[in-house]
Amino acid sequence: MTDLASISLTVNGERISAQVLPRLNLADFLRDHLGLTGTHVGCEHGVCGACTVRANGDIVRACLLLAVQVENASVQTIEGLSDSGEVSDLQAAFRDRNALQCGYCTPGMLMAAQDILIHEPQADREQIREHLSGNYCRCTGYHAIIDAVEATARARSEQAR
Amino acid sequence: MNDGSEKQPGLSVLDRPNSYIGKTVPRPNLDRLMQGRGQYVSDMVLPRMAHAVFLRSPYAHAKILNIDETAAKAMPGVIAVVTGAELAKVITPWVGVLSHLKGLKSAPQHAIAIDRACWQGEAVAAVIATSRALAEDAAEAVLVDYEELVPVTDMRTALDPDTPVIHADLGDNLAFERNLDAGAVDQAFKDSDEVVEAEFVFGRHTGVTLEPRAVLADWNSGEERLTVYLGTQAPHMVQNIAALHLGLDEAQVRVVCKDVGGSFGIKVHIYADEMATLALSKLLRRPIKFVADRVESFNTDIHARDHVCKARIGVSKDGTINAFEIDDVTGIGPYSMYPRTSAIEANQVVNLVGGPYTTQNYRARTRVVFQNKNVTCQYRGVGHPIACSITEGLVDLAAQRIGMDPIEIRRRNLIRDDAYPCGSPSGLKFEALSHHASLDKLVAMMNYDALRAEQAELRKQGIYRGIGIGSFIEVTNPSAAFYGVGGARISSQDGVAVRLDATGRVICQTSITEQGQGSESLTAQIVGSVLGVSMERVRVILGDTDNTPYGGGTWASRGAGIGGEAALQAAKVLRKNILDVAAAILQAKPGDLDIVDNAVVDADGGQQRIELHELARIVYFRPDTLPPGFQPELMATRHFVPREYPFAFTNGVQASLLEVDPQTGFIKLLRHWVVEDCGTIINPQLVDEQIRGGVVQGLGAALYEQCIYDERGQLTNANMADYLVPMSGEMPDIDVGHVVSPTLESELGAKGAGEAGTAAAAAVVSNAVNDALSPFNVTITEIPLTPRVVLAALGRI
Repeated sequence: MTDLASISLTVNGERISAQVLPRLNLADFLRDHLGLTGTHVGCEHGVCGACTVRANGDIVRACLLLAVQVENASVQTIEGLSDSGEVSDLQAAFRDRNALQCGYCTPGMLMAAQDILIHEPQADREQIREHLSGNYCRCTGYHAIIDAVEATARARSEQAR
Repeated sequence: MNDGSEKQPGLSVLDRPNSYIGKTVPRPNLDRLMQGRGQYVSDMVLPRMAHAVFLRSPYAHAKILNIDETAAKAMPGVIAVVTGAELAKVITPWVGVLSHLKGLKSAPQHAIAIDRACWQGEAVAAVIATSRALAEDAAEAVLVDYEELVPVTDMRTALDPDTPVIHADLGDNLAFERNLDAGAVDQAFKDSDEVVEAEFVFGRHTGVTLEPRAVLADWNSGEERLTVYLGTQAPHMVQNIAALHLGLDEAQVRVVCKDVGGSFGIKVHIYADEMATLALSKLLRRPIKFVADRVESFNTDIHARDHVCKARIGVSKDGTINAFEIDDVTGIGPYSMYPRTSAIEANQVVNLVGGPYTTQNYRARTRVVFQNKNVTCQYRGVGHPIACSITEGLVDLAAQRIGMDPIEIRRRNLIRDDAYPCGSPSGLKFEALSHHASLDKLVAMMNYDALRAEQAELRKQGIYRGIGIGSFIEVTNPSAAFYGVGGARISSQDGVAVRLDATGRVICQTSITEQGQGSESLTAQIVGSVLGVSMERVRVILGDTDNTPYGGGTWASRGAGIGGEAALQAAKVLRKNILDVAAAILQAKPGDLDIVDNAVVDADGGQQRIELHELARIVYFRPDTLPPGFQPELMATRHFVPREYPFAFTNGVQASLLEVDPQTGFIKLLRHWVVEDCGTIINPQLVDEQIRGGVVQGLGAALYEQCIYDERGQLTNANMADYLVPMSGEMPDIDVGHVVSPTLESELGAKGAGEAGTAAAAAVVSNAVNDALSPFNVTITEIPLTPRVVLAALGRI
């Protein structure tokens, strides 16, 4: 058994220090050590996107990063984005459009959607579909999700004008 | 006065002022899920909770000679290593048969295999440790001696005399056979101008719920009670089965179902490893959690479909379809799943083939065979995609043979919209369907003629587009005819209890469950509408056998039609009770009063008389002010199940527009249309999204999804990178339209909508691909339609 490693990082703005096994992945660290269960685990091999979180501003698969790799990083999860209000308009669009059913993919989907809204605010339907292609949804058929993200993009760009 | 009692069935709550029924309103539980504040079983933690990991057979068929757990038991964090024989002391085996499927047989199945593993992935031991990681470490140190046996993998040869018999006691590998011969089939084929034959092949696929199966079992030996936290579609069924096999009374078992990360029928069953987890909790007297990882999900979540079906159709030159005939084989794995059985899908295929059409000449045989592969069972649209693909594939082949447009041949053969009630040759009873109205609407929505013109124009440029059409029927609102008559203790009734609390809010307990379909929303919409209470004031409690009426749960598209009607009826009783109280307080007649916007008002004029919270205050805190002898009842319960028709059939039609690249074999979906008739629509948005989600699951089956086994019974693509499911980039927009024919079996008039999308999606994609490839004189009747399949058909590989 390998020894525990010390890590320090910021999670949703809160300073965290912890002792973790080097093999512990970030998703399990967030869920099991910090109780941030909004980050979901669907496949544990980087395909489904349910564990998508933000590390130092970029979206990452929390199941493909080790907790020790986020030493000194700033990690944001769906709880952080919700509490700060950063994605409240996107969440409202998802609610209006019923862009989720079971809700299991939704935290990861919102993280990925917010990412394209930040980096390509003028994204069209096709670009949104492409960008969300790393996030599986088994319930909605995607149509409603694309509608919700497109509506948010349009509303934000009108607001920016 | 408008309490519904004087109204015609199907109309009562629909035309109340401020009715939520028929309106798109947001689901009440969405914010929680979007903020990451849902509670799925995988999120739950209990004091002293330990984690179970199952050691699984690497062989499809093998004797277990010895299990050496010495090293594993000495490892850090390990609490126990438990074999099948040890676990059998606290849990009995089961046999997955139903008596109404005559001749269906299966072998006793243990929670953990004892002497023999029958598929790659069957659990042979459990390791329990303080964390999942430590349990996984220890599982690697458990040494199992196996003697590999010959696996039975090919369903086409499963019944051959030289194929080994998987369960010797059963005599052969035939689990179930059904034969049907209706009308005058031989004569009908003889009278046909053309007879077209094809062999349809359907890949084995699985649900891939995004949250894998998860269970947390908590045996409290102080209370002698087992609490099971499980993402399930049928809590009371699980309660019954758990009690039965653990030697407990039902009252000793509580099943709690919180948020569920996808179900699609995958989570309507109870699995051997889940049963083992319950037993482990009882054995070890502490909470035990098991969360399947993705590889385990692929190997142990039920699979479905896996059919090979020879089929033919007889048609006259004028387009009249004279007969259908099918000979179907399906492989179900080594056991018939318990308690719903694995023969239901094949049975449904026999029931549904030819269903939308008038011909009464129909012959069918299905044989359900055992294999050494993971078990198959009911998955979204049970049997529908198979039956629809066969039927609609044959109809298109017939049309092509006689040179008739696919729309025209359907118009000439679909059951007329004024022909109901009527029956099918397989014995189905149809109350009221709308095939022609639906087809007309679809043709208009998709602008069919323009698409055909565009297709012809593009074909000149070497662009091969195809248009596929498929009509379908869909089984919803099942009565006791589904399982009850076969002896399964799966409730076909659902119940709802509604009460007005002391602050004038409404609490509603229902036996249907929520996995994202919108059960909470539709229940609140119905109750709010009937009571005249705003939806925000209605709280819905579900998924808890201690705290909801006994009922079936949410499967086979029964939530809205059965649970919704129970909610309507319960709310009507409560409404009457509230008006009785109001009349007593106000010294008025109940019939002169109504409830609107959370207050009792005069039925004439609408003047507000007393707010519900004030009425409730008087009832609960000052009943001494009520007239002597008057006992207010601010709670009511009602149950419902359809009785006249064993199922509510819905109908619909789908169309696909796609493009095939003959160089690469790739298929690009361009557009998809659905028209569906689910009767009364409670929430249009939820219905449309059920249909869209179902369509995409059907498109996955059509193009990507397949559990691929090798000849040794090894599942070779048991991960999400190799088992492809649809992603947003490949999926088209899906247009949904409706025709509305309410069922008269209930006052609400709602039928289900959950299977509709899946039912015909693969059929219309196959038909569209064949339409696109018609210049090459190629017909493909196999799914998934991978590039390899397309290129092979084109003779390019």
